[in-house]
Amino acid sequence: MLTFVLRRLVSAVLVMFSISVMVFLIFFATPGVNPAARLAGRSASPQVLAQVSAEFGLNRPLPVRYGLMMWHLFVKQDLTSYVNIGVRVIPQITGAAPVTLSLVLGAAIIWLIVGVLGGLVAAANRGRWIDPLIMFGGIAAVSIPVFWLGQVVGLLTQTKFHSVFRWLPGSGYVSFSQSPGQWALHLLLPWLTLATLYAGVYARVLRAELVNAMNEDYVRTARAKGLSERRILMRHALRCSLISVVSLFGLDFGSLVGGAALLTEVVFGLPGIGMLTDTSLQNLDLPVIMATVMYGAFFIVVASAVVDVLYAVLDPRVRVVK
Amino acid sequence: MLRVRDLSVSFATRQGLVRAVDGLNLDVGSREVVGIVGESGSGKSVAMYSLLGLVRDANASITGSVAFEGREILGLSDKAMQPLRGGQIGMIFQDPMTALTPVFTVGWQIVEQIRQHTDMTKAQAKDRAVELLAEVGIPDARRRVDSFPHEFSGGMRQRVVIAMALSCNPRLLIADEPTTALDVTTQAQILELMGRLRDTHGSSIVIITHDMGVIAEMADRVTVMYAGRPVESGPEVDVVRSPRHPYTWGLLGAVPRLGQRSERLATIPGNVMSPLDVPEGCAFAPRCDYAMAACARRPLMIGGTHEHACWLSDDQRVAIRSNTKVPS
Amino acid sequence: MASSTTTTGTLTTAKGSESPWRSSLRQLRRNRAAMMALGLLMFMVIASLLAPVYAHLVAHVNPFPANVEGTIDLGGKSVPVLQPSSAGFGVTPIGPTWHFATYFLGADPQGRDVFARLLYGGRISLLISFSSALICCVIAAVLGMAGGYFGGAIDWVVSRIFDIVWAFPVYLLAICLSVILLTSGLNVGFIHIAPGSLLLPILIIASVYIPYVGRPVRGIVMTLREREFIQAAVGSGASDWRILRKEIWPNVAPTIMVFFPMMVAFDMLTESALSFLGVGVQPPNATWGTISNDGLQLLYTRPWVSIAPGICIVLTCAALNVLGDGARDAFDPKAKLRGGA
Repeated sequence: MLTFVLRRLVSAVLVMFSISVMVFLIFFATPGVNPAARLAGRSASPQVLAQVSAEFGLNRPLPVRYGLMMWHLFVKQDLTSYVNIGVRVIPQITGAAPVTLSLVLGAAIIWLIVGVLGGLVAAANRGRWIDPLIMFGGIAAVSIPVFWLGQVVGLLTQTKFHSVFRWLPGSGYVSFSQSPGQWALHLLLPWLTLATLYAGVYARVLRAELVNAMNEDYVRTARAKGLSERRILMRHALRCSLISVVSLFGLDFGSLVGGAALLTEVVFGLPGIGMLTDTSLQNLDLPVIMATVMYGAFFIVVASAVVDVLYAVLDPRVRVVK
Repeated sequence: MLRVRDLSVSFATRQGLVRAVDGLNLDVGSREVVGIVGESGSGKSVAMYSLLGLVRDANASITGSVAFEGREILGLSDKAMQPLRGGQIGMIFQDPMTALTPVFTVGWQIVEQIRQHTDMTKAQAKDRAVELLAEVGIPDARRRVDSFPHEFSGGMRQRVVIAMALSCNPRLLIADEPTTALDVTTQAQILELMGRLRDTHGSSIVIITHDMGVIAEMADRVTVMYAGRPVESGPEVDVVRSPRHPYTWGLLGAVPRLGQRSERLATIPGNVMSPLDVPEGCAFAPRCDYAMAACARRPLMIGGTHEHACWLSDDQRVAIRSNTKVPS
Repeated sequence: MASSTTTTGTLTTAKGSESPWRSSLRQLRRNRAAMMALGLLMFMVIASLLAPVYAHLVAHVNPFPANVEGTIDLGGKSVPVLQPSSAGFGVTPIGPTWHFATYFLGADPQGRDVFARLLYGGRISLLISFSSALICCVIAAVLGMAGGYFGGAIDWVVSRIFDIVWAFPVYLLAICLSVILLTSGLNVGFIHIAPGSLLLPILIIASVYIPYVGRPVRGIVMTLREREFIQAAVGSGASDWRILRKEIWPNVAPTIMVFFPMMVAFDMLTESALSFLGVGVQPPNATWGTISNDGLQLLYTRPWVSIAPGICIVLTCAALNVLGDGARDAFDPKAKLRGGA
């Protein structure tokens, strides 16, 4: 067990290291790309360029620059932004994290409930009208661009049906400590928007898994035991299908918390990690970029490891150590 | 106890109507072991599944009569069948590796069945499960009752399945090729176990197999099936010692001499035909060495306790057996 | 060990055996939903291809240059496309006229015909989505097969590539690459791609999804490698190339067939998201995503400018998903695919 954990740890660190190097290289070493020019702006004069170079230590060798940045980011934790001079990067991340967490947690609860229920109902009624209806809903849900949905929803609630939805705020974020009611209200539409896509995915995946499971031999045995169809579906088939749904959820949750919800955050004006990532990328604010990428990668790697453990918990067959 | 009359199962497929089972008759008395034998594709498994309503294909049409202890059970709803399944009629499937739900312990699964049909508490049911596991020969049953299916070998898993099927003392046990997926030694053990259990539990057994050796060892009576149709049926001793249908001859190895019983399996020339290509007349005619003009009409099962479905007359049979010229 | 089967025996049809491809294709053709989806897709493609026909012959507009001063002929009267806004300042484009030949969906902030732009935009959207999905599937298939079949060092490298690319949140990597490459293009060795080229979004979007397709392919090949018929082929002296071509590829192909429509849908959604964020396709090229983004400022007054491209995306992606489901049922019923982006 210990070797397993150690190996995962080492592999996680390696992956994060590689990502940081990749990001660094993308921004500073892509041939034909001049970092100073980007930092200083497109039409900067040679003097400004030279000044920027010296200021940001861009004339030092690559490994040194990389090392310095990592040092400031992880060890001394005083890495500052290139764009907002003097503003520390880590507080920006810690400030943005709760926003993203609020968004993702709420959406996750909604999409899990809707998705699992949808998949169950569809599988239990396969062949009857409700099955294709739910599945079509699922397809529609995964075909809608998130930002477009956010726009349309915003449009409808703010203009056409404004009288009905007057109480719904347009955009922005209110922290929980400030006002729980407003916090929830501001997050309601973002929750629903983000949850739509994933609910569609999960309903489809679960239904497919359940239908597969119901054709397995052990379901035939269960029927021969005299169990009701409902019990077979809910106890035997569901339990076996949940394995893949749970691992999928782990990966999705990890990547979302790490910043993959950026579209939703941008559309609804939520100052979370995703928005921070997008802003920093657009502004070429490399220290912030590096920090957000590391943050995101960390969660993906952690989620991946957690999912592996969960797999062993849920599927006894995997527990046999090879 | 079990009376099957003219059971037919057909599937509507894109290529046409497939008659998986065509006119099967079966009688199982109390404490009897009845064997159903045939090659793969002969429809034997489908026939037994349809008894318990386990054929879930929407394109299937099942006709005939199945009477269990005097009561017609063919066509009953799931709800009406549930007390029978696992309670009065137990079933063992062919592949022990996939028969058990992988995420629950074997004890949990046996308890589930027991509590479905009886009023026992969880603790009582678990004790009963341990008893059953011990009875079927699982060592250290008290500990292994909490093991998962994948922690057992194939033979052990099949024993677990048997234990589970017997857990509610069913009057009838249907075993679908219970030893086919196991090696020969385990096969012998399982068969011996089943025989013992028949004595202790008093249940009748229907055993489905393609292996005449199993029939010879276990069965009181046997029905031979080919392409979904019964071709020979009778007491095991009679069928094995004096088989009447050319297919049975093939299964038993060679044209048998009077009084001689062959133990080796030889191959019958040709392949089991696709269920779509079954001819109008005798299904076996294309592969039969003794096919005649009469075989263009489908033979019916004739003959008292030892029935057969073949146009060969008794004289012709005797001639074949003693290797003299066959009168036409 | 005795052999065991519970099937209905070997099926030798009197008609002779049909290749699995043929029978899968036939099964797909019978799937009504999938065929309707295919029909919708073809309609979209043809409509987009006919964009110049519409623009020049039907509507007589040129939807590319700004048309701030333009006027159109509405029921005999001459109406300017950009009108003084009711708010008192600035201008508002006219709304949908619902006349097929003239500014059907109204004008965008620069006075251009939205419907015509929609058709042209469709070409680019479809082009990018199809190309990147194609490139992605090809590279993923090659890498997956190489890693899964050869194992060892090659597999190590392939797996690490997959791990690292996949560890980036998808959009993050795409934005990252886009931001860098779009300003100055790509100049590596003999590869020179201009900043405005469409090849950049195509390649970027293709790359970020390579592990998504590549990992399942690698898994399949690894399982296949252990199967007897491969070992038999190796034993009989067949070369690696031959084995890959004749034994491995036919088993990988159905998976790719199923992935392809879904990847086109993913790529379309990704491209529109990138365009929405401003790091996708750059002007003067327009896609459904960029048109939607352009119309954002008018969302509450002239919603159609933004909504219409979105509807196109939804319809196309939904059709692709339905087609993908049908492909999966026909080619690879045991497939376990994940959805979502």
